[in-house]
Amino acid sequence: MSLDQARLIWDRARNYTDVLTQQGAVLTDADYLQPADTLLDLYGEDIRARAFTTQDPARGEMMLRPDFTVPVVQTHMAHGAEPARYTYMGKVFRKQEDGGDRPTEFVQVGYEVFDGTDPAAADAEVFATIAGLLNTVAATPVTGDIGILRAAVRGLKTTERRRAALQRHLWRPVRFKALLDRFEGITPPSRHRTDLLAQADPMVDAPALLGLRSYAEITARIDALREDAAAAPVSSEERALLDALLAVAETAPNALSALRDIAVDLPSIAAAVDGFAARCDALAARGVAVETLMFEASFGRTSMEYYDGFVFGFASAAAPHLPPMATGGRYDALTTVLGGGTGVPAVGGVIRPALVIAAEDVA
Amino acid sequence: MTLKLGVPSKGRLMDKTFKWFEDRGITLAKSGSDREYAGHVDGIDGVELVLLSAGEIPRELAAGRIHLGVTGSDLVREKLTAWDSQVVELAKMGFGGADLIIAVPDGWVDVDTLDDLDAAAAAFRTTHGFRLRIATKYHRLVREFLRDNGVADYQLVDSQGATEGTIRNETAEAIADITSTGETLRANGLKILSDGMIHASQATLFRGRRSEWSQDQREILRQLLTTLGL
Repeated sequence: MSLDQARLIWDRARNYTDVLTQQGAVLTDADYLQPADTLLDLYGEDIRARAFTTQDPARGEMMLRPDFTVPVVQTHMAHGAEPARYTYMGKVFRKQEDGGDRPTEFVQVGYEVFDGTDPAAADAEVFATIAGLLNTVAATPVTGDIGILRAAVRGLKTTERRRAALQRHLWRPVRFKALLDRFEGITPPSRHRTDLLAQADPMVDAPALLGLRSYAEITARIDALREDAAAAPVSSEERALLDALLAVAETAPNALSALRDIAVDLPSIAAAVDGFAARCDALAARGVAVETLMFEASFGRTSMEYYDGFVFGFASAAAPHLPPMATGGRYDALTTVLGGGTGVPAVGGVIRPALVIAAEDVA
Repeated sequence: MTLKLGVPSKGRLMDKTFKWFEDRGITLAKSGSDREYAGHVDGIDGVELVLLSAGEIPRELAAGRIHLGVTGSDLVREKLTAWDSQVVELAKMGFGGADLIIAVPDGWVDVDTLDDLDAAAAAFRTTHGFRLRIATKYHRLVREFLRDNGVADYQLVDSQGATEGTIRNETAEAIADITSTGETLRANGLKILSDGMIHASQATLFRGRRSEWSQDQREILRQLLTTLGL
């Protein structure tokens, strides 16, 4: 990248943080090198495919920051008080394992809001603030709400174990669908499974055990499998509702009415849908064109981020093939994990100035 | 300009590679003493033999320092990002077969599939406070396989040898390793997951995409492929 290009990008990043600090955000920063274990704990082994790893003789395995959110949340949980608004800018680093020429480092500007007084208003604030910063270019926003999916799974009339398994794989659509197929009885249990459960005590003739996973852990799992085998299948009506929910992709007002229809038969999502309605009102109050704003129920499901409520992304209208210029969402659960049990409602978003500039150049 | 052909520098893999070429009318041989890593080629002009460790051949092909190379298809997939954008498979050679698999202790009667492994991993993490450890040296292949199959709550621990022993030593709960007959696994009280086949590897002749090929080199490659019947 040329010096001129780099200067354009950094100047733009500074513009954004200037606007955000003038609006009351506190400028914050994070170390380039982050302890790997925190990130591994949050994201699992997949983070190794995304983050650059290095070794510090004293502090052990470290990662070049793949984002700011985790360290900013940590700092806030340790020292901050609500409500709080932060902004930051700097390089983040991402490995590109599938090759190609996508950049491995880019300047990112972020805005994070820790304010639980009115979640819908905070969601709208972050979305509208980022939309405002993108006013130099035609942007196509898409929104979603992981919270509605979570509520739908919570309301399924099945065992707690099955609901937990589905919640755990909400972000892995392939595994999620495979689990549902099994719970609905579409995929029959394997021969191995039926043979195993046919035995009064599968551990009687079992080979000797090796390693840390104990006899008690194996018998506990067999008990869980027996419970599962005895459980009634998830009804095809419920499955159809869930599939209908996942397929919702409409303008916000149409999505809202579709979700209200689904909520009649799936009442567990009613509160989350009310939250969506409140957010639409809050967005409209901030001047967002809600009538044309897209809502996709599955949006954000395949990202590795820790979003569990509102999610959004802004693509360039002129260059939709480029990665989104801005993304964000609500991550209440992340603050609980990083806060050692105490969480705070949090929502935030990031902009990549280089992509905004690229979109301006295309237009 | 010659074409550089990289071949494993010792062992059965080298012997079988020599025989594979011999059967097709091209003689590869180490020159001088058996300890010397230089070689010569008969039966075709313009091909230069380079003897290398099988593990280094993928990197050398990708860098364009050799033009053709024989190595395990597992090594190419493990060591090169987007491998098929960097090298082309010219021929599967029918030897050096080994399967990269996931194995767990025999005594885990409740675990037969990746689905079971995933469920066991979730429970293991709750019980022990850390992610279930899978020992391997094939980090990329294993991670991609588990991601594609939606397995979570595991971690990879590096094991460059005697991987089957890590479970007994309690440094891992499962392994992902190469096996040809499964005998070492059985001897160590391990079983392969029924859907735990990550990659069926065999010795393969590759061409690198990176290097700038001259007209002469293209012609040599054409002759070589004709001689080899490819």
